Amino acid sequence: MIKIMVLVIGVALIGFIAWWFFGKHEVATEVADVSEQGQSVDITVQGGYSPEVVELKAGVPATLNFTRTDPSTCLDRVVFSDFGVNQELPINETESVTIDTSQPGEYQWACGMDMFHGKVVVK
Amino acid sequence: MSVTKRFWVALILSIPMLLNMVLMPFHVMVLSNEWLQFGLTTVIMVVAAGPFIQSAWASFLKHHSNMDTLVAIGTVTAYVYSIYAMLTDQAIFFESAAFVITFVLLGQVLEERMRNNASSAVEKLVDLQAKDAEVVRDGQVLRVPLEDVRAGDLVRVKPGEKIAVDGTITDGGSTVDESMVTGESMPVTKKVGDKVIGATINGNGTLTFQADKVGADTLLAQIVEMVKKAQTSHAPIQKLTDKVSNIFVPVVAILAIVTFLVWYVFLDASVANSLIFAVSVVVIACPCALGLATPTALMVGTGRAAKMGILIKNGEVLELVNEVKTVVFDKTGTITIGKPVVTDIVGDENHVLQIAASLEAASEHPLATAITQRSRENQVTVSAVDHFQAVKGKGVTATVAGESAFVGNAKLISNNQMTDELRQRMTQLQREAKTVVVVGLNEQVIGLIAIQDAPKATSKVAIEALHARGLKTVMLTGDNEQVAQAVANQVGIDQVVADVLPGDKADAVKQLQASGKVAFVGDGINDAPALTQADVGIAMGSGTDIAIESGGIVLVKNDLRDVDRALALSQKTFSRIKLNLFWAFVYNVLGIPVAAGLFYAVGLSLSPELAGLAMAFSSLSVVTSSVLLNKTKISPKNQFA
Repeated sequence: MIKIMVLVIGVALIGFIAWWFFGKHEVATEVADVSEQGQSVDITVQGGYSPEVVELKAGVPATLNFTRTDPSTCLDRVVFSDFGVNQELPINETESVTIDTSQPGEYQWACGMDMFHGKVVVK
Repeated sequence: MSVTKRFWVALILSIPMLLNMVLMPFHVMVLSNEWLQFGLTTVIMVVAAGPFIQSAWASFLKHHSNMDTLVAIGTVTAYVYSIYAMLTDQAIFFESAAFVITFVLLGQVLEERMRNNASSAVEKLVDLQAKDAEVVRDGQVLRVPLEDVRAGDLVRVKPGEKIAVDGTITDGGSTVDESMVTGESMPVTKKVGDKVIGATINGNGTLTFQADKVGADTLLAQIVEMVKKAQTSHAPIQKLTDKVSNIFVPVVAILAIVTFLVWYVFLDASVANSLIFAVSVVVIACPCALGLATPTALMVGTGRAAKMGILIKNGEVLELVNEVKTVVFDKTGTITIGKPVVTDIVGDENHVLQIAASLEAASEHPLATAITQRSRENQVTVSAVDHFQAVKGKGVTATVAGESAFVGNAKLISNNQMTDELRQRMTQLQREAKTVVVVGLNEQVIGLIAIQDAPKATSKVAIEALHARGLKTVMLTGDNEQVAQAVANQVGIDQVVADVLPGDKADAVKQLQASGKVAFVGDGINDAPALTQADVGIAMGSGTDIAIESGGIVLVKNDLRDVDRALALSQKTFSRIKLNLFWAFVYNVLGIPVAAGLFYAVGLSLSPELAGLAMAFSSLSVVTSSVLLNKTKISPKNQFA
């Protein structure tokens, strides 16, 4: 009897994992505030990136300010392969990355091991 | 707390439990007290494993998972179950949780060091910069920081000093060690009018040069930029791992649950044993090794190449190089020096030269430059000429010291003006792909000057090295078939495509692409369309004039042998990537079933702590294998050089 219960719980857990990780979930998106000097977005690095998608206005100088509060070494670098950026993120410090917004398009960023991803959309 | 500190905490606290395990067979119990084990492990879980759990939870909330998720699930499961077991008087395995944490942290400490090692190439390049420079402004010599040097400034460099920025020498002469930028090991002699490269080291002369390029425009700055981009770029082979790593952790978690259910529900194993198998599965799986396989190798490979003066643009180029079947060369400036020089003089050497040089003195024609250059070397005095007249497409005529003289090609003369002997010599020289200029005085040919854009000394060796690699070599040129073939014979090129107009080079490359991937080697300034058309564009340059954006691979120094080195290095790096990926996959594909107890029946199983150790070393071994790329030998396949 107890084994059947364990089996049911186990299968339910599998179902939950599949739904939680593979299902469609909303992604935090933020549109940058544009001022005369430029535009910037603050990104918190904690179990991933918040926000995960950043919208920037084309042609306006932009910086992304990353603050890593997550102790994981997985997230200790942020890599923008399109811009040749491989920036170290010391924990609890804010590091700025300048984004070239001259070309509209979508630019991925990732952690050093390519496990976590984020995206800049230049419009 | 840093990873290193967490590792030491975990290690010191788990030593008593380790002793316990080692001494168990001898019935010596260091730690008989379960409560003490519980206490030690609790401290480890809070101090050393806390960050894993924190990170795992934060990413869980965002529907993400990473390696920390696996470590956290594995150790927390072992820890929580052991508390329950301790309270209900069953077998505990606190030490599994403690050891797994210790091993994982050990792996991370070593890996971090290796990763820093792998990415140090760019910092080393940036460190090459001079810190300041002596600038002459308003007649005063000032020492200013590098950032304050402006284009147009006159910069003075003392012996042994670093040259601050790119420029042209206006005064003085010296030898310059350019090895740090171009990879050229021999010091280069520099005189007035020559270009100097920033960050290179002046030898024992004093130089003054005018700054041409400063800041982000210098060659070094551009190299740094290109290497940075290359190191962070993606290789197409990574697409597979990108897909796998997105679903890896949840799939492993599901596999672990399945493992537990199968052992507990269907095979009637105890809860403890079933849990151990499940925990091992979670702990052994290592997505990091997959994730690290490509970027670390790419980083080390492109960084090492940059040190040799070979800039590889990105991972895609690196991968494409491996499929190249044909290497196409532009002739002028690539295989040859790019400047015609006088190779033979028939007749009274100095007399012939004197007449020719006098007539050509005012001309800017490349052939005229060659003759003037030679007359200067022979210290022939040039006479003034009268009645100078250019005969279009044929040559020039004038009077020298009252005698009528002419210099030009064979069209300038009629048959009876030249002896049969000279005519024979002329045909012979032309067969050697030399351009022959006839020199005449008083309507009679007195001598011949043969001029050729001679192959570089290294071209033959470079092409032999490519042949040894099994590649086909082709030469493209606007010259006529005969000239082209003669040069090709001298250096050993397989195939010649002659009479190609500059604008048609890209089309010629396209035709060659029909029979496989093509690499095109050109100078990057005139050959941009062909470089783009080719699967791999290899741009060669010398000094500061390299068009760095023009090729997939840029060779900083003007040495054709670097083509072979670039191919060798790309191939080595790419095969290292494949090797890394292979092991990372094999490790996971084999490790997970073993950990799940699939081979338990034949006596093969893994405890969680061994799984933790294996996991720690799988990612470490991948990074180490990449760093070792720095040590592999890069030499031509044929060992005669």
